[in-house]
Amino acid sequence: MSVITDKVKCNGCGGLDEPQCVKVCPGDLMAMGEDGKSRIRYTADCWDCMACVKACPRGALETRLPYQLALYKATLKPKVKSDRIEWTLIDIDGEKEEFVIRTL
Amino acid sequence: MAFDPKDIETQIVEADVLIIGGGTAGCLAAVEAREKDPRLKVVIVEKAHIDRSGCLAAGMNAINAYLHPGETPESFTAHVRADALGLIREDVVLASAREINTAVARVESWGLPILKDGNGNYAARGRWNIKINGERLKPIIADAARRAGADIYNRVNVTDLLIYEGRVIGAVGFGVRDGAFYVFLAKSTIVATGGTAGLYRPNNPGSAHHKMWYPPFNAGAGYAIGIRAGVEMTSFEMRFIALRTKDAIAPTGTLALGFGAPQVNAKGERFMQTRFGHAGGDGAATPLRVYGPTLELKEGRGPCYLDTRGLSAEDVHRLKASYLDMYPGIVLYWAANGIDPSKEPVEICGTEPYVMGGHCQAGYWIDPDRSTTLPGLFAAGDVAGGNPYKFVSGAWAEGIIAARSAVACAASVGAVKHDDKCTVALRARVFAALERFEKVGDGVAPFEMEERLQKVMDEYAGGISTFYEMNEERLLVALKQVGKLKGQVRYLIAGDLHELMKAHEVIDRIDVAEVLVKHLIHRKETRWPGYQTRLDYPDRDDQRWLKFVNSRRGPDGMVEMLERPYMQIVPGDRYLPPA
Ligand SMILES: Cc1cc2nc3c(=O)[nH]c(=O)nc-3n(C[C@H](O)[C@H](O)[C@H](O)COP(=O)(O)OP(=O)(O)OC[C@H]3O[C@@H](n4cnc5c(N)ncnc54)[C@H](O)[C@@H]3O)c2cc1C
Repeated sequence: MSVITDKVKCNGCGGLDEPQCVKVCPGDLMAMGEDGKSRIRYTADCWDCMACVKACPRGALETRLPYQLALYKATLKPKVKSDRIEWTLIDIDGEKEEFVIRTL
Repeated sequence: MAFDPKDIETQIVEADVLIIGGGTAGCLAAVEAREKDPRLKVVIVEKAHIDRSGCLAAGMNAINAYLHPGETPESFTAHVRADALGLIREDVVLASAREINTAVARVESWGLPILKDGNGNYAARGRWNIKINGERLKPIIADAARRAGADIYNRVNVTDLLIYEGRVIGAVGFGVRDGAFYVFLAKSTIVATGGTAGLYRPNNPGSAHHKMWYPPFNAGAGYAIGIRAGVEMTSFEMRFIALRTKDAIAPTGTLALGFGAPQVNAKGERFMQTRFGHAGGDGAATPLRVYGPTLELKEGRGPCYLDTRGLSAEDVHRLKASYLDMYPGIVLYWAANGIDPSKEPVEICGTEPYVMGGHCQAGYWIDPDRSTTLPGLFAAGDVAGGNPYKFVSGAWAEGIIAARSAVACAASVGAVKHDDKCTVALRARVFAALERFEKVGDGVAPFEMEERLQKVMDEYAGGISTFYEMNEERLLVALKQVGKLKGQVRYLIAGDLHELMKAHEVIDRIDVAEVLVKHLIHRKETRWPGYQTRLDYPDRDDQRWLKFVNSRRGPDGMVEMLERPYMQIVPGDRYLPPA
């Protein structure tokens, strides 16, 4: 159970006092690393709410369920638009499923 | 950075109305207070950030308490009473039932998409529910609180109420980012911190220990600050054990109500019909719907499932979309494990027991106006007692009612007087774990203490490992062990402010656990099978126990038990849902 940071995409929200993921995490789990990129303090403490993944302006974060519960590997990625979220789900066999859900 | 308590800055914040916890109830309370009187300074203090804090962090896909055309506050109350097996605060439930629909309309006007049927009415999902696209529900109500002009203090963790001459005059806490000591002085205070998760050993160990349904960050602070201040609490023994999907611990209402999936055991038997048909089968009262599968497991007829095999591929797509609005982890879990709910049924389980007043009724003993037993203090949301089945919309209703009362209270008191001596002692308590880390180094990490508490509660106070069952002797062991942990709190160490927050979470959980065990010992009947299964008193006993079990911690630290009468207001059979 954890959040993985893509170190290439993450720029630490340069210019902001606090990166978006650090700002929104309900458990105060996202923090800035010494490399100027965000990271999760304790992987086991994540609730998988995906608030940080959705808040990231560069799509640099990914929720990965703990291996004891979920095999390697499936991905679920949201793209947040002004009035909707576009989700892309890829399952363990590589099958893709897309969802568009209104938010306003 | 070497820690020196002398270097800690003190921030004093004055308010007319202080709201502790900027969640579902807290945000609506802030809007109502400012609308009632725009001259008032309304302050929200929140341990996280109000945009994504608490239960609503991931979103919601339904509003689970709504009065559709034809229903009345009385029919709603009769339903809630039957679902809680005949014992609720009818006056308190009626008061919020009268506010639910207007609260929902208000939030819709701020931009919440509510699904409509062909006639333009809200789309029903069951008798008391409506469907929403609520992924942004939290940012929507947080924006409303900001627009209303509330002053918001994010990332400040409240640790104690401030009391002067028998009245609540605010609260204290610490900045999770800036490390300051915060003193909030207020004419009236609303506590809205949600309920408690993490008291018992959770479903999944280690790397998945926070894969729980109730937010692990709602650690019972609101109860604990009230307990420490001697405020009267009710019904902690009505624990909430949720029926959830196994492993991912996702809500099952989406499957059962939204898609009509019945419960089946390993033999394919619809055991809720065969064994609980007299009590309503798959539509039985909520405690029975978790007690049923628990018995199947115990008696060797597990695993149990929600039978989703009738769903079409299109249904499954809609089902996943519905979960993405509220609990995206289950969608990822199915994808990672190659599970297709139309081909295999979804395995279910009970969660670890939570203490919360949103589904059950643990919490502050309140009047219909949401005042607690301590002057100047009001309670709303999952932390308020006697009012189960409130969910999102009941929490809003309760926030609104509490705000009206808090505004009236603020108008009736003059300038807030306080005593520095009191804040000095609290300040030492707030930073003790940081100080010990700096000065002594050796001690107990918050997660270690949490783990021990959870083990004790699981094994002796009716956790998952004992099928939630308990008896007096085991409960007495739990009480003794929790008492010992209270004495260990002074050894907690915290290397940074995040750890300090974790230290306070476990301190609060221990105070909640002690009161919970006392309540479990006191009620000598089984009122809510599953939630409160007393092996030594297996039957319901209306003659002796149709009443509330309450408690109050005295200045000597002892928890005193009290009993309060039940009053029936809505006529009818208390065990039957309304016609
Ligand atoms: C996963 C999940 C799904 C749900 N789905 C639905 C649904 O679809 N429909 C429905 O009607 N209901 C649903 N519910 C129930 C509903 O969300 C809750 O009953 C309701 O949100 C409770 O509101 P609250 O204000 O009491 O708590 P919350 O909204 O959790 O607010 C409590 C706030 O207090 C803050 N806080 C806690 N401790 C402190 C402290 N020490 N100092 C400062 N702040 C603090 C928290 O960070 C949080 O912001 C769901 C609940 C969960 C957990």
